[in-house]
Amino acid sequence: MIIEEKLLIERSKPGLRAIRLPKSDVPELRAEDVIPSHLMRQAPPELPEITEVDLARHYTRLSQKNFCVDTHTYPLGSCTMKYNPKINEDFIRSPVIRRVHPYQSEGTIQPLLRMLYDTEEMLKAVSGFPAISMQPAAGAHGELTCLMMFRAWHRDHGGEDRREVLIPDSAHGTNPASAVLCGFKPVEIKSNDRGLVDLEALKSRVSGKTAAMMITNPNTLGLFEEQIVAIARILHEAGALLFMDGANFNAILGRARPHDFGVDAMHMNLHKTFAVPHGGGGPGSGPIGVSAELAPYLPAPVLRRDEDGACRLDYEREKSIGRVRGFYGSVGAILRSYCYLRILGEEGVRRVSDMAVLNANYLRKLVGEVLRIPFDRLCMHEFVAELTAFPNLPERPALQAAKRLLDLGIHPPTTYFPLIVNECWMVEPTETESKEDLEAFAEAIRQIAREAEEEPELLTSAPHTMPVSRLDEVKAAREPRLTWKG
Amino acid sequence: MPYISLTEPEIREMLDRIGVETIDDLFAPIPEQARFTGKLDLPAAASEIEITRELTEAAVRTTTLDRMNSFLGAGAYDHFIPSVIDHLAGRTEFYTAYTPYQPEASQGMLTAIFEYQSMIAALTRMEVSNASLYDGASGLAEAVMMAVSIHRRRKKVVVSAAIHPEYLATIRTYLTNLDTALEVVCTEGGVTDARALAAAVDQDTICVAFQNPNFFGNIEDVVALSRIAREQGALVIASVDPISLGILAPPGEYDADICVGEGQALGGELFFGGPYFGFFAAKMDYIRRIPGRIVGETEDGEGRRGYVLTFQTREQHIRRAKATSNICTNQGIIALRGAIYLACLGPHGIREVGELCLAKSHYAAEKLAAIPGYRLAFDAPFFKEFVLECPKPAAEIACDVWPDGIQPGVALSRWFPEMENHLLVAVTEKKSREEIDALADALARAGAHESGTSARGAGR
Repeated sequence: MIIEEKLLIERSKPGLRAIRLPKSDVPELRAEDVIPSHLMRQAPPELPEITEVDLARHYTRLSQKNFCVDTHTYPLGSCTMKYNPKINEDFIRSPVIRRVHPYQSEGTIQPLLRMLYDTEEMLKAVSGFPAISMQPAAGAHGELTCLMMFRAWHRDHGGEDRREVLIPDSAHGTNPASAVLCGFKPVEIKSNDRGLVDLEALKSRVSGKTAAMMITNPNTLGLFEEQIVAIARILHEAGALLFMDGANFNAILGRARPHDFGVDAMHMNLHKTFAVPHGGGGPGSGPIGVSAELAPYLPAPVLRRDEDGACRLDYEREKSIGRVRGFYGSVGAILRSYCYLRILGEEGVRRVSDMAVLNANYLRKLVGEVLRIPFDRLCMHEFVAELTAFPNLPERPALQAAKRLLDLGIHPPTTYFPLIVNECWMVEPTETESKEDLEAFAEAIRQIAREAEEEPELLTSAPHTMPVSRLDEVKAAREPRLTWKG
Repeated sequence: MPYISLTEPEIREMLDRIGVETIDDLFAPIPEQARFTGKLDLPAAASEIEITRELTEAAVRTTTLDRMNSFLGAGAYDHFIPSVIDHLAGRTEFYTAYTPYQPEASQGMLTAIFEYQSMIAALTRMEVSNASLYDGASGLAEAVMMAVSIHRRRKKVVVSAAIHPEYLATIRTYLTNLDTALEVVCTEGGVTDARALAAAVDQDTICVAFQNPNFFGNIEDVVALSRIAREQGALVIASVDPISLGILAPPGEYDADICVGEGQALGGELFFGGPYFGFFAAKMDYIRRIPGRIVGETEDGEGRRGYVLTFQTREQHIRRAKATSNICTNQGIIALRGAIYLACLGPHGIREVGELCLAKSHYAAEKLAAIPGYRLAFDAPFFKEFVLECPKPAAEIACDVWPDGIQPGVALSRWFPEMENHLLVAVTEKKSREEIDALADALARAGAHESGTSARGAGR
């Protein structure tokens, strides 16, 4: 049922309230008597006046206008939209985690600190790194933090003028953006015809100016960088460092550990690989793992466990790059991953990557019967399909087909990424989709391919079953209306 | 495993279809030298029953805020959270969705963000708000970075010493690798020294960043500070406590260019420091420089109202190296809590919360300052937090009163060695008169041996 939902401000009526505050139990105090008038607010904020009933209806109805993992197949490539176990939500609702102030004395929160410490230990185990920081708030924040550490490390090792960061053309856009924020210059490395980093191109770009390379492995085509060991060697011999974007870590859990294959630092997306819900855009959490050599540069504080068994935050870190955010980290997100890893255990963690890769390859086979798969060989957790073969769909076929997919009750894959494949979809089913759901996805694509030939306007005018049809994005940018005041 | 729906026969069938014998074969693309063949050093799988039991045991060894009388603040506050927030923000349709890349299937979240932006703009009286950033500290650093990108020819960022020390540390980290100087302006009487600021700001100054109420709880003369910045063409960046804005002048009223702040106080749980959200609002002139997601209203082919992510040409997935920032997430679900909180309180509620904080903190301040040996460190007006100078080191005082179940505030020696005897005391609307009186009694006992001596902490 599609309901035209008013905005809160349109439901607002003077005098309505959703909450009553208690009467004051201390002597009355007029703000005017203690605050100079020019520092006081002149007019009340134009917030809605509304009852709790209205609020409940409003947000419940809004929620019904959303696709989500709990309602739909959501195969967004590189986003790892796996099921978010409910125990994780209950776990972090515990007052032991939720009702704790960041400056509470450490003696009062040992169990919490121990859980954080154990999370770090588990992340060490799966990544192979000897040191972890859970301070970064998201994947891109973790990237940035690692690059800041690289910059500091080079400065201490006579490499202040190393300013180039090599980035494959298939990389996430955050990679070059993070590099620039650290004062680095991104240098693009072409992929070869197998969809992998071209070793010759890499060698020709590596020099005494190279600070680092940022690699995504498996890459955004869902392919494992087979030459990863050689790539690491080339960089290290040139005095440069290797960063790995961990967005696709879900594919290799228990099968390969980035530090073992030569990576110096990586970020992990707890909201992808480790089942923290994506929250409609956040919060994420982007812990980083680094080599022993880089460990002194980690952001402070660093969590340590002393011989007496007590966990403490260590703020006295001489070489630390400093801070990248307030307080310790996104504890509420981090401990969902703790709970997830504890429930999975060693076997369960391996099972995640096994089934993720199985699902992706099975779906690749099914989809490959209809769409062209430009790099059609064993993939890891995701694959990229091309939607160019529809003569009756001349304009932006990947977009048209994606919109039609919505009508068939499936959230479209990531579209138009990676940039090196035309009109593409990047499909990541994750381990939590069932065989039936994968087959339903393939069947939907079959239907769409048929429609593209026979009734292309069904696609170009899609979606037909959503609360709105295609929205005018040009108008949104040209005549910006960014608040309800206009 | 509870989260995988494939049966063994299905797995067999799928492997056959793929054309491999075993699951191991699927990993053939990983070269042998890169493969991990050992056993991961992880604990054995636990059941939900076991995990839940661990939490029960953990509770015995934890003192949560509900089991103490806490006056902790310093950037994270125990404000009241209406029940409705958990119930609505806890809907899985919101929290298990991704960033709304497909607007037709994400109108719920997009509308909610649009309303969030509208309410942040209304609260701060700024023209435009983004969809939120990671937290208050990184949000302020992003604001400074944005100012750097606007004033490319200028070379100096000026920041008040009275901002949260962790925010200052974050700004320092972000600026380290850029060709931009950072000058920190000292305080006088617990507020930013206007004369020192005027001396520091010149034609080379990119921006002036201050916090209000500042880290010590004091209300800055934001009008004077902004004027000093503007006279030299520097941008004004205000980091504010959103709970204060029912009473204190919002940054839009003193013509700030960028307004940021920690959103945790708006319906966010404390969670030992996160996840919170940073709100970020600015003048419309800077729309193309703003970091993070922005939602805009538009319409579909049939003229129906709808919402989309807009101004995406600022963002990293389009602009890559030329993006305004590397940020690609907002704090979606936590910002949603903030929006529901603001809607819940409305224009009058937000003022009433502020009035309660103001009245209770002033009652506490008066009561504590009357105890022999204690006094208020500053005379400046304050909102919900103040600095109390104790007759002995504040960290010792905190230990002395802990047997009574009281956390009296944050000892400032943590960041300011010269403020050894200083305690930062936060009093929210949740504190009762009884609890404040209990704090006063405990402090009186803790200070009893010291009063009468001339023990006074050094430094201001």
